[in-house]
Amino acid sequence: MNPDNTTAQGTPAEGELPASATRNACKLCSPLGAAMVFKGVRSCLPFLHGSQGCATYIRRYMISHFREPVDIASSSFSEEDAIFGGARNFEQGVENVISQYQPELIGVATTCLSETIGDNMLGMIKSYQDKHNSSGPPLVHVSTPAYTGTHSDGYYGAIDQLVRTFAKPMTAKIAGHVNILPAMMSCADLRHLRELCELYQLSPTILPDYSATLEGSSWGEYHRISPGGTSLEEIEEMGSATATIEIGHTRAYLKNTPADYLEKTSSVKRHALGWPLGIRHTDQFVTSLSQISGNRLPESLKDERGRLVDAYADAHKYVSGKTAAIFGEPDLVIAQAAFLSEIGIRPIICATGAKVKKWKQLLSSEIEGGVADVEALSGTDHAKISARIRELKPDLILGSSKGYPIARELSIPLLRIGFPIHDRFGGQRILQVGYRGTLAAFDRVVNALLENKQDTSETGYSYL
Amino acid sequence: MKADEPTKVIQVLDDRAAQVWTKGSGEAFVCDRKSTAGSVTQRACAFCGSRVVLYPIADALHIVHGPIGCAVYNWDIRGSLSSGSQLHRNSFSTDLAEKEVIFGGEKKLEASLLELIEYYKPKAAFVYSTCIVGLIGDDVQAICRKVSKKTNIDCIPVDSPGFKGTKKTGYQAACEAAYKLVGTGDTSGISKYSINLMGEFNIGGEAWMIREYYERIGIEVVATITGDGRVDDLRRCHGAALNLVQCSGSMTHLAQLLEEEHGIPLKRVSFFGFEDTAQALYTAAEHFGDPELMCKAEELVRDEIAKYTPKIKAYRKELKGKKAALYVGGAFKAFSLVLALRALGMKTVLAGTQTGNAEDYKQLQDICDPGTVIVDDSNPLELAKFVLEKEVDLFIGGVKERPIAFKLGVAFCDHNHERKIPLAGFEGMLHFADEVAKSVLSPIWKFAPRHELRALKINTQIADTESP
Ligand code: SF4
Ligand code: SF4
Repeated sequence: MNPDNTTAQGTPAEGELPASATRNACKLCSPLGAAMVFKGVRSCLPFLHGSQGCATYIRRYMISHFREPVDIASSSFSEEDAIFGGARNFEQGVENVISQYQPELIGVATTCLSETIGDNMLGMIKSYQDKHNSSGPPLVHVSTPAYTGTHSDGYYGAIDQLVRTFAKPMTAKIAGHVNILPAMMSCADLRHLRELCELYQLSPTILPDYSATLEGSSWGEYHRISPGGTSLEEIEEMGSATATIEIGHTRAYLKNTPADYLEKTSSVKRHALGWPLGIRHTDQFVTSLSQISGNRLPESLKDERGRLVDAYADAHKYVSGKTAAIFGEPDLVIAQAAFLSEIGIRPIICATGAKVKKWKQLLSSEIEGGVADVEALSGTDHAKISARIRELKPDLILGSSKGYPIARELSIPLLRIGFPIHDRFGGQRILQVGYRGTLAAFDRVVNALLENKQDTSETGYSYL
Repeated sequence: MKADEPTKVIQVLDDRAAQVWTKGSGEAFVCDRKSTAGSVTQRACAFCGSRVVLYPIADALHIVHGPIGCAVYNWDIRGSLSSGSQLHRNSFSTDLAEKEVIFGGEKKLEASLLELIEYYKPKAAFVYSTCIVGLIGDDVQAICRKVSKKTNIDCIPVDSPGFKGTKKTGYQAACEAAYKLVGTGDTSGISKYSINLMGEFNIGGEAWMIREYYERIGIEVVATITGDGRVDDLRRCHGAALNLVQCSGSMTHLAQLLEEEHGIPLKRVSFFGFEDTAQALYTAAEHFGDPELMCKAEELVRDEIAKYTPKIKAYRKELKGKKAALYVGGAFKAFSLVLALRALGMKTVLAGTQTGNAEDYKQLQDICDPGTVIVDDSNPLELAKFVLEKEVDLFIGGVKERPIAFKLGVAFCDHNHERKIPLAGFEGMLHFADEVAKSVLSPIWKFAPRHELRALKINTQIADTESP
């Protein structure tokens, strides 16, 4: 039985659902998102200003998903620092990070503790730099109190700060230079985004690009910081791009995004796009690439698209009319909902732990066939999601490993996507962008449904 | 040299130099100090320590008062099993939002507790304070008192904000909290030959195995604390005649409280490896002084060892001479591991712990071979340095150490609370050998760059000597 639904005595819990507490959160805290972005910058070391437990927890969480070294420094607050402020620790911490890691950038994120104390990060960074005559690597700071947002906010916030801090205003443009600001995607997604750009003869600056740092090769010698990532110089030069593609449905409606900043300061055209999953959104994505590069859809992509449409046709009957529950980061959920509705699956539960304004409205603009049958849950937790899944019994659940208990309870297949995937291998390699990624996602969906049907059938045919 | 290029020299931070020691060097060794800021310690926080220790109490409600991260990162990640209630596997949090950070979170805590107790009907509730709770001025004690009164369910504050220290500090707070329950239950009917198993967390069912050993020789186990733990067991655990304390750090304080206030003697034991497990059984039998108990214990040990020795011998043949590094939470575990590795014919060349104290390290230093490096509160760079320098074949540690080993083509064995495989007791030793062998002897390592390089070197040497 699912523990969120049973009493301490093992009987089903009854009565009013507890509403005040969060039960099995469907979100992580903001510094994690920021750390992920900093891992995507070359030779950057993430640094959490606060007590060390937060850094250790976040490291362990990321390591269990990516299975790579994830070093995150902390200013290791003691009780005194919690009372008097962490300036001394900050300075010592930064010095030790420099002497151990020799990073090219230190990405500083705050924890709830330093935010609550009200440590003045910018002031501390400035006084550190003044004291050292600005020698040593630059520091960038993103404010990430977990009590105002989720890991998604930390993720986008860190990208924002990197761009605002380092991208120089530029007027001269380099033909073929494009910026890509991805949503929180897998390493395979980031690699494929690059590949797509290159097919259009574009050279992209992808920020962040943790495709190598969080999925690297085996080492002969130790690397202090995993190789890979977007360099500081590349970030400085983002203003020389002709366009920025900013991915994420929730981002598209916002002003003051980093792409918007680049547009204002350096006239880099902003293309606000959804996650390129599914034919519609990939079409939009490649259309943007066409516009930016002036090149037509490459033959190889045309073929990929063709094969995808063909696969849709071959398997549509097995998915048609099925229902799904999706949970995760807002942009991931919208992307999946858009994709599933495109192939005839109804995303009847769309849930996120983040508090998203107009969540249903956002979904409605992406889900084909309207949202009358869609439960849009924002600011929710897994206990509530599970309760809705018990009630509505969808055919499929899409989300992180944290969906396993309910999937197991109800024998509904769980397609693992997003973060964290702690109970399977390869979470960092799940491809969900472009026609190729869509085809892979489509196969996974179809096969999960088939497998479930086959496993629960009486005869167990091996041919269909 | 750039940070992301391969590096041959890794320096130990000046601040930490005295926490790294080589046996035979004659230098002084320092431990038991606060982590150096920026050192990327592998240590967690005090809150984490208290949460780990109390987590297995399955029919209690565990609620984390604070922002969400602290609670969610340890949601159902531990391998501690329960034979009944699974309530502990949930992650409950007050998930403080900005307005509560400004105006205080007491109301939300109270409402959360009332609702959760009503819905889940726990036997007791533990309320963990994280770092910001004190700062925003919440009086958790008062709320707990109030809710206890309203619901008749004991609500026990666990005072362990992360910044208070390492896990060890948290253990202390956990013991204090657990002790609040002790002495409130009925102890009638408890055998005169009875024990509490303390510091045993039932990872992969270990406590069940060990409990069965004692029952087989005629000793009653009143409570396993906290593995497969129950509130009612804690309430009556003061009725036991002897406390056996494993994992020195986590439960010593509770055992001492029981000794001081209930006169229950305590004995330290370990259930890791044949020798320690046997010794742990003898210790209890000897304590009660009944020759029949001892007779049965000896018989059990004989049977169990006979059952597993041939297999262990087979592993030993294959693992002999391999070099191991270990980095674990507490020193007691390190101690047992060195012996267990030795039983498998392996040599420990690096041993370290997150939170050992001087006494622990003294013991560890004594049993290690000359040349062994001992580290306190180490970090990934240091660990990588010694893995390479010492040409280690196996690393024993937790999730955070795993990628260091695997990146460098070194075998790994998981030995922390997140593992799912029982490594304690006689049978556990076999699992341990199996775990080690599965990784060390895997054919895949030959593809790892470090091994390819080594092979290349040997080949060119052969070619050099062969060429005229
Ligand atoms: S204190 Fe804040 S930053 Fe630290 S783990 Fe908790 S939620 Fe995350
Ligand atoms: S150090 Fe404090 S804030 Fe961070 S995880 Fe531990 S209790 Fe939470």
